[in-house]
Amino acid sequence: MQTDYPKELRYTEEHEWVGPVGGGIYAVGITAHAAEQLGDVTYVELPEVGRALARGEAAAAVESVKAASDVYAPVAGKVAEINGALESAPEMVNRDPHGEGWFFRLSGVSAQEFESLMTAEQYAAFVQEHEG
Amino acid sequence: MTWIPTTNEERDEMLAAIGVASIDELFDVIPPDLRLKSWDLPEGLSEMAVKRLVAEMGNRNCGSLVSYAGGGVYDHFIPAAVDALTSRGEFYTAYTPYQPECAQGTLQSIYEYQSAIVRLTGMDFANASLYEGGTAVFEAAAMAVRLTNRQRVVIHESLNPVYRQVVETHTAHLGLDIASGDDPTGAACVIVQNPSFLGTVRDFTALAERCHAAGALLVLSFYPTSLGLLKTPGEMGVDIAVAEGQCLGIPLGFGGPYLGILATRKEHIRKMPGRLAAETADAQGRRGFVLTLQAREQHIRREKAMSNICSNEALMALRSLIYLCLMGKDGFLEVARHCHAKAEYLKSKLDFGTVLNDGPTFNEFALRLPRNAEEVAKRVMDQGYFAGLPLAPLGAGEETDLLIAVTEKRTREDLDGFAQALREAACN
Repeated sequence: MQTDYPKELRYTEEHEWVGPVGGGIYAVGITAHAAEQLGDVTYVELPEVGRALARGEAAAAVESVKAASDVYAPVAGKVAEINGALESAPEMVNRDPHGEGWFFRLSGVSAQEFESLMTAEQYAAFVQEHEG
Repeated sequence: MTWIPTTNEERDEMLAAIGVASIDELFDVIPPDLRLKSWDLPEGLSEMAVKRLVAEMGNRNCGSLVSYAGGGVYDHFIPAAVDALTSRGEFYTAYTPYQPECAQGTLQSIYEYQSAIVRLTGMDFANASLYEGGTAVFEAAAMAVRLTNRQRVVIHESLNPVYRQVVETHTAHLGLDIASGDDPTGAACVIVQNPSFLGTVRDFTALAERCHAAGALLVLSFYPTSLGLLKTPGEMGVDIAVAEGQCLGIPLGFGGPYLGILATRKEHIRKMPGRLAAETADAQGRRGFVLTLQAREQHIRREKAMSNICSNEALMALRSLIYLCLMGKDGFLEVARHCHAKAEYLKSKLDFGTVLNDGPTFNEFALRLPRNAEEVAKRVMDQGYFAGLPLAPLGAGEETDLLIAVTEKRTREDLDGFAQALREAACN
């Protein structure tokens, strides 16, 4: 399946995305590829607002009918906001993974760290390569 | 078949990785005098000889003593139908099925057990059961730590000292701070028991409010039979209610098997340990049963699972369900009324001692005798009574203190005879 990965976002090998939402704040979610692999998402566990996250730290968890996985912080930062809507509507992660299905927002993110992640093009190639 | 046990090379590799020279070295923590020295077993015996040997050993039990001992497990009546039904082949398993969809009947019985516990406690959800009362208290404490991200567990004096030991053993290497008292400040939870270990009945509603104001949870260890008369954990605002379920149709046994009950509120369910059965509909819309919220569990979440519990105490849970169904609401309330009334009657006959409880009691109370409680207990044993639990060995009282429990099984004659025997043993 050919998925369009938004150009303004950056991606990780663990299938998270991160992107600026303005005011120095960055949103984090899981990619369309990850959501598809998980199947119907049934529950999302979110971090506490105010928690400081190191890059690569387990920040959230996502449960689907098939599996449960951790979601790691793609960049270091402080949790500024969480997507409380996912509590009652976890299916948003499947419906709009790169938009409404965001997990949490970070402040204090280093632009350099953000830039160091994969671009949409690189991530698409990464997925294709690993899909075989 | 692709599964191959570890080879010697792999074993060496694993030992090297953890810095141990041999498998035997892993057992170095066991003191040498406790280790097995040889397998010097006697010759095998015939079936007939074994039966005789075991019967001889069994006859040394004091099986006919009338028991006034409690402290967590009680001599309640068990209707014959409990044994008859639970011993049916369709039900006879110790475990939750590992292919649950193939065992709809077992899942339905677990689901109904959970529903019965929810009705009994006034909580929102109960899990499929745990091992016994003490480990259930530990699981509740660990659950509170997960829910609050706090490391302090406060244990109230009302908790059974044996349960406290179980909690301390399980948490010895978890880096938790185990404190005493009832101050919820900075705590994951406060753990209380009702009635208390010494039998005193309390209402913990105000403590529940204090806990919640401090961001802590209230864990209550309750005595299921007492809920026929007392305020439920749900009514008190408890967050996690746990219990030893032995009183619900399970015979007294040294070491069990017993039943750990755990129930909680809806908002805490994702952090609950243990299995959970649920009702669903199949592809044709027919009622069916499944295990649900399994992402909490070890086979999916691995090291991040809520607990290492990945089964339940299915047969004991079934016994308690059948017991509750046989009793019905009226029968259950009647058992509780009998327990309380008979304990009050006995209390009134024991004027040679001092009742130590500082409040009302349900079916159990602590009595200070004019003489050493262990000596008194030994004396009345000759007259056919198991007098109760001497409290000093448990660190829960003086040498003269005895914990006495009364169930619906005791008749007025029993109680009069016991009061007389105890009076003679304690005063003469």
